[in-house]
Parts: sequence; structure tokens; C-alpha cells
Amino acid sequence: MSSAHAGLPFWRRYIFSTDHKVIGIQYILTAVFMALVAVGLSVLIRMQMTWPVRLWPIMEQLLPTAYEGGALKPEFYLTMVTMHGTIMVFFVISLALVSGVGNFIIPLQVGARDMAYPFLNMLSYWTIVPACLIMLASFFVEGGAAAGGWTSYPPLSALPGALPGSGLGQTLWILGMALFIVSFTMGSLNFATTILNLRTKGMSLMRMPLTVWTLLVSSVLGILAFPPLTAAAIMLLLDRHGGTSFFLPEGLVVGGNVLAYEGGTPLLFQHLFWFLGHPEVYVLVLPALGIAFDVVATFGRRPVFGYRTTVWALIVAAVLSMIVWGHHMFTSGMNPYLGEYFSIVTVLITLPFAVIGVNLIASLWRADLRLTTAMLFAIGIISAVGTGGLGGLWLGTAASDIYFHSSVFVVGHFHFMIGVVTSFGIFAAIYYWFPKTFGRHMNETLGKIHFWLTISSVFPAFIGMHYLGLGGALRRVYDPTYYEYVRPLQEMNVWITFLLFISIAGQLVFFVNLFRSLFWGTKADANPWEGATLEWTTPSPAPHLNWNEPPTVYGGPYQYRVNGVGGYVPQHTPPEEVECWVGPHEG
Amino acid sequence: MNRFDGTPDLIPVHVAVNSEPKISHRSSGLYPMFLLAVLATVMMLFAAFTAALIVRRTGSDWVPVQIPSVVWLNTVFIVTSSIFLECAKKAFSRGSGSQASLWLGYSIALGVLFLIGQLIAWSVLIDQGFLLSTNTHAAFFYMLSGVHGAHVLGGIGVLVWTLRRALVGAYGIDQYRGVAHAAIYWHCVGAVWIHLLVLLSIT
Repeated sequence: MSSAHAGLPFWRRYIFSTDHKVIGIQYILTAVFMALVAVGLSVLIRMQMTWPVRLWPIMEQLLPTAYEGGALKPEFYLTMVTMHGTIMVFFVISLALVSGVGNFIIPLQVGARDMAYPFLNMLSYWTIVPACLIMLASFFVEGGAAAGGWTSYPPLSALPGALPGSGLGQTLWILGMALFIVSFTMGSLNFATTILNLRTKGMSLMRMPLTVWTLLVSSVLGILAFPPLTAAAIMLLLDRHGGTSFFLPEGLVVGGNVLAYEGGTPLLFQHLFWFLGHPEVYVLVLPALGIAFDVVATFGRRPVFGYRTTVWALIVAAVLSMIVWGHHMFTSGMNPYLGEYFSIVTVLITLPFAVIGVNLIASLWRADLRLTTAMLFAIGIISAVGTGGLGGLWLGTAASDIYFHSSVFVVGHFHFMIGVVTSFGIFAAIYYWFPKTFGRHMNETLGKIHFWLTISSVFPAFIGMHYLGLGGALRRVYDPTYYEYVRPLQEMNVWITFLLFISIAGQLVFFVNLFRSLFWGTKADANPWEGATLEWTTPSPAPHLNWNEPPTVYGGPYQYRVNGVGGYVPQHTPPEEVECWVGPHEG
Repeated sequence: MNRFDGTPDLIPVHVAVNSEPKISHRSSGLYPMFLLAVLATVMMLFAAFTAALIVRRTGSDWVPVQIPSVVWLNTVFIVTSSIFLECAKKAFSRGSGSQASLWLGYSIALGVLFLIGQLIAWSVLIDQGFLLSTNTHAAFFYMLSGVHGAHVLGGIGVLVWTLRRALVGAYGIDQYRGVAHAAIYWHCVGAVWIHLLVLLSIT
């Protein structure tokens, strides 16, 4: 720690800190806490999916309002699926992968001493804390938390009397989301300006590590896509509390009374929501892919394949992601020609993603693999993107989506993409940059147990959901055995729940490893993985303000296998110090 | 091996070619970049509202209301306010800081007048019996002018801050970037208002 930082009182150093690394860790810890809640909800959801008619006397004692008489109340089931989705997407993955990892790694990888606006950075973290508290508090208000789905479609979200959770719970949901949007937008502004303006000497755009590239693309997407959701939230609030009917059509009947609203259209909300919703998926998935590139290069000891094509593919994917939102609404009613358009542009996204996927796989070609835990998770990302992406072809095409819409197939698909890919991205990042963060290594054996328990459970579980959906099982259904035609598939639900518990066991291993390594992990030196990017030029743990004078950059981020097998040239090495350049297998 | 991807692993020339650090200090471009990003969020917000209005206007219940004529006066206020800001910049470039402060003050006053005028427009509509819940066109007027007013209020805050800095002599002949950046934001907010006015007036 530099003297300036060490002189500050504890609460300025670790609580209201403007240090990007401290803020990054704060984000990740907050996300971990929210993940505990969201995983807890998923356990309750799976219990209901597996044993829909069983009574749970224990649960009645633990959660008396949710399990009246030992049976789960249907409205609480809807609250659980709503809040599981909301918390996971916005308060776990966004916080940990984008805000958390991004905060920690952007200045270190571009050679900046801190973010462009450190105070704004602190402000965006301390805006997310009340957002989290509001979301959690909504469970305890009358009627419970929001229950209209994580998408909050009106009229369920617009009429306070539509569901028990549509009352104060839904209002708090909108408030929490508004604070999240404010926080995330401030973070995106900071990320984009830091990456574009605070790069060190010689760090041209095409010399940035791909993690930074993906975070830049994510930030720009966030800046452009979140404001329309803000607009939708303002209109939704006015519909709820101002008596307007932006989204509410005429003829709505609640409790036997015809409501006075007229002329509004719920479709408008869906358009505004998905204009954010689809790019948001890319905001989450792309950084995971960027991390995969960085980790694969370091532990494959070779440059990534097709750096430039990857960058352009990222940009093309980002542009396309903003014009395909309608594929979430094929069954909501839309002109067939419009559906045709949305199908075509959605399937077009396979092109940039194929480029990225092929480049990732080709980056493993003849690599000298060092199968560390971080590398295993990075390879897992490649596998999950490919496997999960296949389902997207069916869902992106209007003709097949009309069958799959609102089925468990969709649930399987998005859990692959923004569940497995992103959480693997978070894990790869944590295992990879843990030495830089805390100056200690995580335990590799426990890490590998964590990896294998996780991948061996989540893949069959989510593939199983695809099959359930093919069989016609619908999502968000309180009792999956209610429909006779899906009853023969119920055994699949039992298996998926069993696999979920294996996966949770894997995460317990991770937690043990994390806290054990914080205190008793083996000490790490400045560059334990022999990485070529700039973050490895600082001591471990990286000091406050990173460098007195940020290093000058002379080369690309992936100059591996230059002086024979396994040799590498760090980005800041001046050319006159590079002794000889020989082929990969000649050294 | 690797000859397809152009990465620098095998080619010693690569490092030699790029040996000169390409980019020096970029921090001078920091504020314009931040401003650009902020303006992008503002534009996307009002683009979404614009789309919503165009869609909602086709609803069966759509009854257009007469936008209160005071908004035209308000429009004159905000456009003149922008012109005065340019005058302030001119004055700074001539080195007359006190003159510039005066223009800044006029500009802020007109911004405040604009907001007061918008509130008068609201009260006129309310007097005519058009409330949020009774007419969707009026509801759009309240919502859009309200959200826009919040952006104007933020702009006034920034202008007051620049005025304070101008009064303590923080700006010089070639050092008034703060005012220039505030002016860009202010012009954009004014342009957004003209766009909204056209959008709300076409019935």
C-alpha cells in the first residue's frame, strides 16, 4: 500500500473506498451474498418442481407465510421464480462479472492508476447497496416480493391488485431496478472512459487484452440499452400510481370490476423491456468470453488465434444484439414479416459467435496446456457457449420458437448462456486473478474438485431441461404434474434436482477454498502464471494506485511462445531487450 | 502454425515495427468522452420515449390536447439561453471574464424561466381538466416535459457551478473547457426539447 492510501482511516480504505480494486472486491462480495439468496430460492423452486404435492412441516416452521399448512403457496412460487431471475441476472452476474471483475481488472490491464472517475466509481457501488437492500426487503412486505416474472410484463406488474406480489413488492422491485440502472450506467460510463482515455503509453486499442475489449463492448451496450428500460420503468410507475394507461388496455377485469384504463398496449412494454433485455445478455456473456481468451492464452502458452477478427466479431455481435429483441416476443403477436426480420437477424448472430467460438477453439490448437483450475473453467466456457448456443437456433427462429416459447427448453437455454457461461467466467476470473488480488494462491486440488462437481452437474441438468421443454413442459408452472401429457417426464425433474444438489456441493467446496486460501493459501509472486499482460507487472497483491509510473507498452497482449516453447514477452518489454525470436518448436 | 492470425509470435519484425509507443497522453480527451457517453444515455432515453409515443398514439382512446401556448415562449427562452452561452464562450476567448460571467448569469436565468414556464404550462393543462389519468396525450406531455425538466435542472446545476468558477477567475483565454462542455450538454438538452415539442404538437 502506498503511503497516501495507508494514511487513510479504515472506513475510507475498505468501506467508502475510491480504489478500483477494493470496489471490485466489494462488488464481488455483494454478488456472493445475493447469490446465496438466489440459490436458496432455486432450491425451494426445485423442491416444488420435484415434489409438487408434498407437505413440508419443517418449511412451515422456517417460512410460515410461504408454506401455510406445510404446502407451498402458489403465489410464493411465482415470487420465487421472479426474484430468482431478477437477483441472478442483475444482482449476481452483472455485479460479479461486469462491475466486480471489470473494476478490478480494467485499470490493471490498460495501465491506469485507477478508474477515470474514482468518486463516481464509489458512488455507483454505494448505489447498488440500497438497491440490493430494497430487493431483499421486498420479501417482507405485505403480499411478498414481486411475482410478475423477472420481465415484469404488465398488466401483472402494472395493476397493484393483479397478484399479491403486485402491490408494494412490485413497487419496490421497480425502485430497486431503477437504482440498479443508475448504478450500472455510472459504472459503464466509468469503464468506457477509462478504457478509451486512460490507457498507458503504447497501449493502442489493438493491443488491449480481450477481457478489456469485451468489457468495453459491454459498457457501450449498457450505456445504449439501459435508458429505454428507464423509460419503461417511468411509464410503468405512472401506470401504477398516476392512473395513466400507457401499457394497460381497456376491458381489464380485476376482482369482478372492470377497470377504467383504455387504449394502452402491454406490447409496448415488452418492446422496451427486450430492447434492454437482449443486449443485457451480451453485456453478461461477452466478458466471460474475454476472460476465456485471456486465460486460454496464458495457460495454453500461445497467442490467441485471430485477435483482430475476434475484436470485429465482438463489435458485430454487439451491434446485432441491439436489433434482434423481437425474438423474445414471437408469440406476443407481431406482423409475420417483422417476425421474419427478427428471425433472420437473430440467426445472423451465429456468424460473429462462430468466429469467436472458432477462435477460442483454435487458440487451444497445439497449445502447451497447463490445466489449472482457471484453464479448466475457461475451457468449460467454450464448451458451454457451444452447447447452449445450439438451443438459440431453435429459439431464434420464429417457426420453432412458437412451439418452444415459455417452455422449459427456454429455461435450459438461458441457464446455459447466462447461468453456466457467466458463472464459469466469474470462477475463471477468480481463480486466475486471485493471486493478484490477495497475494495468495487458491488451492488447486479443491479448485479441480469444484470444477468437476460443477460441470458434471450443470451440463446434464440444463440439457435435461431442453428435453423437458421438447416434451412440452411449461416454465413457471406451480405443479409440473398438473398436465397429464408431461407426467411421464416427471422423473427428469427429480434428476435435475439431484444434480442441483451436486452442483451446490461443488460451490461449498469453492467457498471453503476461497476462505481457506485468503488466510492460508501459498504465497504468490508478482507473475505466478507467467502472463504477458500488464497486471502481472505489479506486485501481488497490487498496491494502491497500481504503479508509480505505469509501464510503457511495446507489443500485443498475447506474446507467448516467442523464445521457444513456453517463452513469452511481456507487453512492456522494449524491443531491444527481446533477444531472439524463434519459432514455436525450434527453441 | 499461427501464420493465419497475424499475431506477433513468430515475427521479430512485428515488435520492431511497433517499437515507438503509438499513443501518448489521452487524458485530455477524457471529459469529451465522458460527455459523449452521458449524452448517449440521454438520447437513448428520449428515443425510447419517442418510440413509445409514436406507438401509443395509435391507441383507440387517443384524444389530442392543445399544448399550452406558453411552451413556445419557453422554447424561445431555452434557445436564447443557448445563444447566451455561446456569447459567454466568445467573451472568455476575448479574455473578458466579467463579461462572460454576465452572459452565464443571463443563460442560467433563462433556464430557470424555462422551468417556471413549463410549470405554468402544467397548471394550464390541469385547469383545462387534463390530468395524468384522464388524457394520454396530456400524460405524455407531463411525463416528457417532466423528465426533460429534470435534465434541464441538472444542466442549470452545472452552469451554476461554471459561473462560480468563472467568478473566482478559474477560466482564462484558452482555458474555459468546462464552459464549452457544459454548453454542449445545454445545446443538446435544448435540441431534445425542440424535438419533443414537435413530437407533442403533431396531432
